[in-house]
Amino acid sequence: MMGTLERSTIAGPPAPNPGAAAPDRVQPKLKISQLNFFYGAYQALHAIELEIAANRITALIGPSGCGKSTFLRVLNRMHETVRGARVTGDVLLDNEDALAMDVSKLRRRVGMVFQKPNPFPKSIFDNVAYGLRVNGTTGGAHLKEAVEHSLRRAALWDEVKDKLHKSAYDLSGGQQQRLCIARGLAVDPEVLLLDEPSSALDPIATAKIEELVFHLKENCTIVIVTHNMQQAARIADDTGFFLLGKLIEFDKTETIFKNPAKKETEDYITGRFG
Amino acid sequence: MTLQRWRNIINALMFGLTAACALATVCVLFWILGFLIWNGGKSLNPAFFTQLPKPPGETGGGMANAIVGSAQIVLIASLIGIPIGFLGGIYLAEFGMGAFPFVVRYTADLLNGVPSIVMGLFAYSIVVRPMHQFSALAGGVALSVILIPTTIRTTEQFLRAVPQTLREGALALGASKWKAIVTVVVPAAMRGVATGMILGVARIAGESAPLLFTSFGNQYWSSSLGQPTASLPVMIFTYAISPYADWHREAWAAGLVLLAVMLLLNISARLVLSPGVPRH
Repeated sequence: MMGTLERSTIAGPPAPNPGAAAPDRVQPKLKISQLNFFYGAYQALHAIELEIAANRITALIGPSGCGKSTFLRVLNRMHETVRGARVTGDVLLDNEDALAMDVSKLRRRVGMVFQKPNPFPKSIFDNVAYGLRVNGTTGGAHLKEAVEHSLRRAALWDEVKDKLHKSAYDLSGGQQQRLCIARGLAVDPEVLLLDEPSSALDPIATAKIEELVFHLKENCTIVIVTHNMQQAARIADDTGFFLLGKLIEFDKTETIFKNPAKKETEDYITGRFG
Repeated sequence: MTLQRWRNIINALMFGLTAACALATVCVLFWILGFLIWNGGKSLNPAFFTQLPKPPGETGGGMANAIVGSAQIVLIASLIGIPIGFLGGIYLAEFGMGAFPFVVRYTADLLNGVPSIVMGLFAYSIVVRPMHQFSALAGGVALSVILIPTTIRTTEQFLRAVPQTLREGALALGASKWKAIVTVVVPAAMRGVATGMILGVARIAGESAPLLFTSFGNQYWSSSLGQPTASLPVMIFTYAISPYADWHREAWAAGLVLLAVMLLLNISARLVLSPGVPRH
């Protein structure tokens, strides 16, 4: 309930933003500036500057250990579960300080889907309803409606509508991942973060996930971390390239893949390393 | 040729030796079982479950009071020990970093190794002495002190076995840490946790030493939890060292009943665990 209320107050024309550098541009959904990230003494991210546009798919690519997943986890503060993790800099969600707001509230607005499908050991229905129940929705009819709606958005409804009360573990890996997406969508997040959502899946399941993610951007801002450059090229509007904890380049996906400005990007894209 | 032969001989010898030791273990177990069933079965009858003990010299009688007494004492111990052990285990698994949890863990392991009669002494000094009386309550306290460390450690272990990704999944939906623990982590580990609890209860149900000077014993029904209370293990001890043949037979019967209870608890623990802890 909270989630939908929040949304309605935010919807509508973007508020004028006197402090923004480019007043002619639409206000970004997420604005990251001077973001540094430390695991203890080790610095994993260096002065990241990035603006993520609303209702677009932003892909983050780069070799293993480049910090792209770490960056993603900062956006809904999942890094706080790791001891010794520390962040400096700013993350603004619709101009609100994401690093200072109540963390539960932030995570309701910025959902996350993980690398390996992680359904709860509960029924399919209870998995999708989880976020709503945690956030206080108990009404039976409303809950049912919301669960169906979310499963439809995740293109899973037709496959599970007759077995909503079976264990989520009975589903295939690809179905489980779509269930996790449905679970994330149920709280109606404004942003959905996907951390290599199809890396554990076969090509057919991957194609389904990609198609579904592509359609989600109508109502949601998507940030996806991927190892798979073809995937980024297929679905992303914008792409950022990370290397050694730095954001090397960020631009339209087409530009990144066809005409990158930096040599490191080109080397990575053309498979010279990584 | 000789070397090869020598190797074959050693091989056969070691196989024989290990198999013989394995067989010996099973033999001892079945020997005890057979002894109990043979001796206990002879004197086990409905009266054993329904009647009070008879004075020496009179035949018949039973241990109804000890059966109920044991149940009471174990129940008290469970009511104290399981919640403390369970919640403590959650703390160790979910919040347990740093010096204090280390101390708790170490202490729990140490407590686990303390002879059970010492727990009896402890309960004697903190419950029996102030109350000036042996009681089921004191026996329950003594057994709970044995139950707490096993419960805390098994709970911790099974909670730790829950994949981190499940916790993250719950947190990412806006759940607080506590909510995630209650609604996702604990349910995922509940089978294993429950098994640990059942096995812990089975262990304390067979303890006699801590009860000797806490719940003591009683030839009659106890009218309250504040009175000396009979229990099966103590009855076995008392009856077995008595000079009366009738009492010896009763002791065998009590041993058989206790064994059956253990077996039942162990089987139920296996049944609870059988489909396996939810894995990822």
